[in-house]
Amino acid sequence: MSLEQEFELIRRVPIFSTTDPAMQKLLAFSSDRLTYAEGQTMFSAGDPPDSAYIVMEGEVDITVPTPKGPLLVNTLTRNDVIGEIGIFGDVPRTATAVARTRVEVLRISRDVFVNVIRGNPDSAIALVKILADRLAKTTAQLRRMAAETSR
Amino acid sequence: MERSLFGFILRYSRREQLMILPLVIASMLIYFSMLDLPKAIINEAIQGKRFPVPEATVAFLKVQITLPHILGGASVQLFDGFALHQLPYLFALTFAFLTLIVVNGALKFQINTMKGWLGERMLRRLRYALFDRILRFPLARFRRVKSAELATMIKDEVEPLGGFVGESLIAPTFYTLEAFTAMFFILYQHLYLGLIALAVVASQAVIIPRLRRRLLVLSKERQLGARQLSGRIAEVADGVIEVHAHDTSNYERAEVSARLGRMFRIRFELYQRKFMIKFLNNLLSQVGPFLFYLVGGYLVIAGRLDIGTLVAVIAAYKDLPSPIKELIDWDQQRLDVQIKYTQVVEQFTVDDMTPAEMQAPVAAPELPAAGAVRVSNLALAGEAGSKLIDGVTFEVGLDQHVAVLGSHAAGVAELTQMLARLVMPSSGRVEVGGIDMTKAPEAVTGRAMAYVGPSAYLFPTSVRDNLVYGLKHYPLRERIYEGQELAEYEFQRSEAKRTDSTLLDYNADWTDYRAAGASSREELDLRIVEVLKTVELEETIFELGLRSSVDAANHPGLAESVLRAREAIRTRLAGPGMQGLVEQFDAERYNRNATLAENLLFGTPIGKKTFDIENLAGNEYVRRVLRETGLADDLLKTGHKLAETMVELFSGLPPGHEFFERFSFIKQDDLPEVKAVLGRVADAGLDKIEDADRDLLMALPFKMISARHRLGLIDEAFEARILQARRHFAEHLPAQMRGGIEFFDSASYNGAATLQDNILFGKVATGQAQASTRIAAMLHEVLDELKLRPQVASIGLGYQVGVGGARLSSSDRQKVAIARALLRRPAVLILDQAAAVLDGASQNRIVTSVLEARKGRCVFWALQRNDLAERFGHTLVMERGRLAEQGRFADLKSSGGALQKLLSTG
Repeated sequence: MSLEQEFELIRRVPIFSTTDPAMQKLLAFSSDRLTYAEGQTMFSAGDPPDSAYIVMEGEVDITVPTPKGPLLVNTLTRNDVIGEIGIFGDVPRTATAVARTRVEVLRISRDVFVNVIRGNPDSAIALVKILADRLAKTTAQLRRMAAETSR
Repeated sequence: MERSLFGFILRYSRREQLMILPLVIASMLIYFSMLDLPKAIINEAIQGKRFPVPEATVAFLKVQITLPHILGGASVQLFDGFALHQLPYLFALTFAFLTLIVVNGALKFQINTMKGWLGERMLRRLRYALFDRILRFPLARFRRVKSAELATMIKDEVEPLGGFVGESLIAPTFYTLEAFTAMFFILYQHLYLGLIALAVVASQAVIIPRLRRRLLVLSKERQLGARQLSGRIAEVADGVIEVHAHDTSNYERAEVSARLGRMFRIRFELYQRKFMIKFLNNLLSQVGPFLFYLVGGYLVIAGRLDIGTLVAVIAAYKDLPSPIKELIDWDQQRLDVQIKYTQVVEQFTVDDMTPAEMQAPVAAPELPAAGAVRVSNLALAGEAGSKLIDGVTFEVGLDQHVAVLGSHAAGVAELTQMLARLVMPSSGRVEVGGIDMTKAPEAVTGRAMAYVGPSAYLFPTSVRDNLVYGLKHYPLRERIYEGQELAEYEFQRSEAKRTDSTLLDYNADWTDYRAAGASSREELDLRIVEVLKTVELEETIFELGLRSSVDAANHPGLAESVLRAREAIRTRLAGPGMQGLVEQFDAERYNRNATLAENLLFGTPIGKKTFDIENLAGNEYVRRVLRETGLADDLLKTGHKLAETMVELFSGLPPGHEFFERFSFIKQDDLPEVKAVLGRVADAGLDKIEDADRDLLMALPFKMISARHRLGLIDEAFEARILQARRHFAEHLPAQMRGGIEFFDSASYNGAATLQDNILFGKVATGQAQASTRIAAMLHEVLDELKLRPQVASIGLGYQVGVGGARLSSSDRQKVAIARALLRRPAVLILDQAAAVLDGASQNRIVTSVLEARKGRCVFWALQRNDLAERFGHTLVMERGRLAEQGRFADLKSSGGALQKLLSTG
């Protein structure tokens, strides 16, 4: 458990890779390192969003509640960011995150995250890229589902 | 209450004043003989005038009555006296002189004590009477008078009265007598000279009081100014939020300064006039001798007066100013005190004061049990003559729940206050269970009914005392006094009786368990828990209990219970899925979730006097331990590294960045200083820096928590050395510091730590997801299982709520107030917007649970949210002071009447 390790990790996360090293260090220092046991829920859809997470180790299932039960939309692994939509969208969590294995994450609180993005246009662009990717993915998923139901 | 000060003094202290008078006269007589005796000692004993031959004797203590010449001048010898030679006679006379000194001293002591008592008793009586009046003021009075001014009047303004009362009658009598004697003496010696003296004194008596008139006005203004000042200070303190929120602090400064300026001006003039009067007075009295020398001298030269008489007259006149001066001083004091008295009494005189009989103490009055609340033609006139409430008539059973609705200014608040008889109606009747509440004493109204307003007041005591407050009407179980205490009690009682104060014993047990439906303290506790649950306060109180640190000596069995809970937690923490949630304290291990300071102390500091955890590095003993264990160097190196890291991390941040507040060990303002220190270290090397720099660096690591800050600065070897220092610290702790810390010990209760800390006996681990919530749940479970919940809640009830309940949230304050009303099970519970500060969901739940708890018993609830009225059996709708309609909410809401109108507009 050392700051150096987390510092290294943050440098490899796309959103933060372009920020200056002092900021990265600060980010590492100000965030909490948390361990989740297998099967433990990190957050549920509808919860108020207070932080984002970077996966350090393990796998996290992201599911969306549907009338037919939870729908698995994604599985995130090392270096992935979870929960950033809620932070910027100011909306309750849109999905549920559950640890598939034992998971170690770095939790970055909402205001720290917002602060970093505000001070670094490059990070903001990286974030927009991620969101755009995700939107494209969701749209594709929607199209597929629409095709399935109309069939 | 007597309007004039002397009326008050004569009425209540005449007897005591008269008792002092003979003592004063006796003292005067002795005083005169003491003046006379030295003459006898010198002339007769020392110079031997009465001892023409050495063998001669003189009768000492001869008692002889000589009849005046008119009656024949015969004399009767009652006692022949002792025949004494010269030397024994000298002894006898000097010892007689000594005896007189002692007797006079004793008399003076007695007189002063009696005067003091007299004054203090009158002061006590007055203060009590004034306070009694406050309790009998109508509520409207409190809107016009500031509480701080009331306090100042009772506390300060009547204070000089105590000193004055003792002198009030005796001093003038005495000095007048003295002055008259001297005056008479002069007149007797020579008529003209006597008339001159009389003229001088008369002019003094006429001119001085005239000059004083302005003084009266001034001292009245001074008193008023001082009282208003204290009112203003209290106002600013109460409204301090507004002052800061609107940046009016300088306006307030200017206001108070202007006020002080006016007071200064008044005092200035007061002094000037006072000394002017003194000057004139002195001048006038000095005119006397001038005239005597002039006129008397002329008369002597002219041969119409012998020189001996002139000397005697001048001597007598010299004695005259002193009683006159005393009289003038006394008069000055009288004026001063009289003004204060009149002003204070004026403030405390209200026309519609509650008669004393209405508040007479009653042990168990007859209270309404069944029947109805019958209100007929109820009306209340406002201050401007308008009718706030007019012609309200209704009847509801004592088992009904009534919602009172109405828009703003509909008279809802006034109606509820009149129902609770807090405000006396102008006309009409309120009858509860056949008893006319407008005429019933407070012993009935205050027990049959309970009222909770929109912002209820809590007294600055514990939660429990606030809850039980409503049960203290009368001392029900006397306290048994013994020995010393009994003597003190009897003394206090007799003094209370003398000053017409209440004879009820404050130290008796006033709690009326029966009113709360309990028969003992234990049962009352159960009832308290019940009402706390009704108002959803039980959990809060329980949490408060967990967060309190209590002395186990005051709670028998607590230490054992806590240790059992600690053991249970330990077992659970070892269970599956719970490992690592709490890092428990272990004397042999470094706790990575605690600060370095906590690890070093390994205990809880008691207070901040011996060890201040925030500034441990500054502690002399801690420094010694660090030096002796060689840890000082480690800390210095670590502090240096920490400082470097911090500077690196935080230097780039803009000023005022929130990170400084949240994460840094260094305040932003101190950053340049730290940078400078680092620069000096780079120049001189770490071992050659100055003491101040050294101290700064060494203090930094104390707040470091390894697990949370993850700086990797404390390795295992360092940890081992800290453990060694920990042992050294405990072993060599000087005896006088032992009281300053309570060490962590897995087998004993720690009185300085909170209950929660005691039970967990460790630190919640960072890095475990949702650790706090999971531990809180575990704590609840364990305490429930061990049946410790009531004990913890009972400790929580001891929580001090602060001034006006400020240490509780506003909604918790209201909940306590509702619980206080519920606890005493009144026949009628009246609530005026009592839950309005609560959030919507809580309001719903609490209205339901209160009504549930009051099933079959009357409730009047003035609601802010109209929809809640659905839960009540009956609804009253008020409109501009009149009862517009009544009935079931469901029937009224769509009947097209007042309620429908209210619902559509509100």
